[in-house]
Amino acid sequence: MKILVTAKRVIDSTVRVRVRSDGTGVDTANAKMAMNPFDETAVEEAVRLREAGTASEVLAVTLGDAGSEEVLRTALAFGADRALRVESDDPLEPLAVSRALAALVEREQPDLVLMGKQAIDDDSNQVGQMLAQHLGWGQATFACAVRAEGEELQVTREVDGGRRTVAVRLPAVVTTELDLNQPRYIKLPNIMKAKKKHIDRVALADLGVNAAPRLEVLGVAEPPPRASGERVASVAELVERLKNDAQVI
Amino acid sequence: MSVLVFAEHDGARVTEATRRAITAAANLGAPVDVVVAGAEQAAGVADSLAIEGVGRVWLCLGPAVADQLAEPLAERLAALVRDEGYQALVAATSTQTRDLLPRVAAALDVQMLSDVIAIEDAETFVRPIHGGSVLARVRCREPVRVLTVRSTRFDRPAAGDPPAVQRLDAPAEPGPTRLLEEQGSASDRPDLTSARVVVAGGRGVADVGVEELEALADQLGAAIGASRGAVEAGLLPNEAQVGLTAKVVAPELYIAAGISGAIYHVSGMKDSRVIVAINHDPEAPIFEVADYGLGADLREALPALREALEQS
Ligand SMILES: Cc1cc2nc3c(=O)[nH]c(=O)nc-3n(C[C@H](O)[C@H](O)[C@H](O)COP(=O)(O)OP(=O)(O)OC[C@H]3O[C@@H](n4cnc5c(N)ncnc54)[C@H](O)[C@@H]3O)c2cc1C
Ligand SMILES: Nc1ncnc2c1ncn2[C@@H]1O[C@H](COP(=O)(O)O)[C@@H](O)[C@H]1O
Repeated sequence: MKILVTAKRVIDSTVRVRVRSDGTGVDTANAKMAMNPFDETAVEEAVRLREAGTASEVLAVTLGDAGSEEVLRTALAFGADRALRVESDDPLEPLAVSRALAALVEREQPDLVLMGKQAIDDDSNQVGQMLAQHLGWGQATFACAVRAEGEELQVTREVDGGRRTVAVRLPAVVTTELDLNQPRYIKLPNIMKAKKKHIDRVALADLGVNAAPRLEVLGVAEPPPRASGERVASVAELVERLKNDAQVI
Repeated sequence: MSVLVFAEHDGARVTEATRRAITAAANLGAPVDVVVAGAEQAAGVADSLAIEGVGRVWLCLGPAVADQLAEPLAERLAALVRDEGYQALVAATSTQTRDLLPRVAAALDVQMLSDVIAIEDAETFVRPIHGGSVLARVRCREPVRVLTVRSTRFDRPAAGDPPAVQRLDAPAEPGPTRLLEEQGSASDRPDLTSARVVVAGGRGVADVGVEELEALADQLGAAIGASRGAVEAGLLPNEAQVGLTAKVVAPELYIAAGISGAIYHVSGMKDSRVIVAINHDPEAPIFEVADYGLGADLREALPALREALEQS
C-alpha cells in the first residue's frame, strides 16, 4: 500500500495569534511556525503503517511557499520516504488545495491519502472530504483508530454521539483526530538526516489547477471580549449570586 | 433565490440545532426548503418541520442513505441543488455535516464556508479562524453558498404551517463505505449541545474524581462537558469535549471545574450566558471569561457546592 500524507505549515498552536493593525489579516511575519497538529498525527500514523509492513511507501506533500518545506523536513524526520512541495506563494483555499491534491493523486497513484481533519489556521475542515469527492473515493473522517483489513480499512470515527466504526474500500481518504496516536519525539540524528534529503517540487500550474480565490476576506478582527466578571470569595457567595443576580439556579 | 437546509434528526424529529439552522437560512432572505434523509421509518420527521419560513420538505428515504454515510448522500444533495436551482445549502455544524457538506461543495465546484457565526446578508458572512482567536468577515459570491452554521448563534424559529412534503428518489447504490458499529454513550443526562446547564471538568478533576463532577451534574440536571486535558487524562470521554475543534456549547450556565482556559476550549463555550470558573490557580486564563470566579481547590469547593445547592 502506498500512502500520500499531507502536512500544512501553520502558526504554532501555542502562539497567541495577532491581527494586523489595519485589520486585513493575521500577523504571520514573525510568528513561530509548525506542522499543523492534526497533520502530525496523520504523518505519525502513515509512518506506523509502513513500520508495521502494511504500507510500502509514504509520500509527504505540502502546498505552499519555499518556507513550508520545513514541514516536509519534519515529515522526513518522522520517517516519510519521499517529500513533495506543490509550489504556491499565495495562500490557497480548501477547494484549490483539494483540486491540486486530486491531480497529484492521479500522478502518484496512492492507495490511501491520510490527512489532518482540520488546518488550525483556516479551521475549515474541508480538504479531505473535497478530495475524496473529486476522486470518487470513500472517506473516513475524524479517525481515532485505523486498521487495514484486506482491500478495506476499518476506521473508528469520533462523532458527536460517540464513536462509529466504518469499513471503507481502498483507495480512500482518511482524516485524523488528535486521539489517533501520540506523535513520536523526533531525535536529532533524524532531523540532521532529513536536512540532506531531496524534496521534489511541482508548480501548481503544472497540475492544471485554477487556484484563483473564490472568497474575499473583507477584514479580520479579534472577537469582542466578554464583559469582565468578578471573583467570589466563597461557595456560599457563589450560590447566592447564581440564585439572586444571575437567576440561573 | 431559494435555500435548502439539510436536516439532522433522531428518526422522529429534527434536532434543535437544525431548527436554528433554519433561522440562519432564513437570514439569507429567501424561501427555505428542507431535506431529510434516512431510513424509510424516518418519514415522520417531516411533522416536526412545521416551522415559520419552511415551504417544502424533501424526504429522501431508503437503505442507501439510512446510515447517513457521506458518499451517496453528497451525490444526491448535489443533484437536488442542481435540479432545483437552489442558491444556498445550509446545515448546522456537527460531525455529520462536517463530513458531508464539503463533499457536496466539491461536487458543485464551490468554496464552502464552515462554522458561520453571523450572516450579514446573502453574501457576507462571519466565521472564526485560528482556533476562534480571530473572526474573519468574508464575502462569498459562489453560485451556490454552501454553509455550516454554528447553531448556538441563531435563535429558535417560530412555529409555522405544516410544509408541503415531497418524496425524493434515494440513491440505489450504497457507497464505498459501510457502517460496522455504533457506540453511543448510554447516559440519561441531557444532550451536551442543547443542555440548559453544563458542568465541565478539566485535568484538575483528577484530584477529586469524576464521581464528584457527576454528582454535581445530576444535582443540576446538567450535561457533562470536558476539556481536552480531561479527555487526554482519561477522565472523561471524547464526545464530552468542548472546543472549537470539538463541540461548541452555549448553555444558560457553564461551570468550568479545573479547566485552565486555553483558547481552544474557550472558543467552544464563551457564548454561554453565565460562566462559573473554579480553579485553585488565581492566574488561570479561564477567569478572564468567567462571570463568577472562585479561586479554590476542587476538593473543597465541589463538595461544598453540592451541599449549598442541597440547602438552597
Ligand atoms: C489543535 C488543537 C486543538 C485543540 N482543541 C481543543 C478543544 O477542542 N477543547 C479543549 O478543551 N482543548 C483543546 N486543545 C487543548 C488545549 O490547548 C488545552 O491543552 C486544554 O484545553 C487544557 O485542558 P485543561 O484545562 O483541562 O488542562 P490544564 O491546562 O492542565 O489545566 C488544568 C487546570 O486545573 C487546575 N487545577 C488542577 N488541580 C486543581 C484542583 N485540585 N482544584 C482546582 N483547580 C485545579 C489548574 O490550576 C489548571 O488551571 C487543543 C489543542 C490543540 C493543539
Ligand atoms: N497548503 C496545504 N498543504 C498541505 N496540506 C494542506 C494544505 N491545506 C490543507 N491541507 C490538508 O488538509 C487538511 C484540512 O485542511 P482544511 O480543510 O483547510 O481545514 C489539513 O489538515 C491538511 O492535511
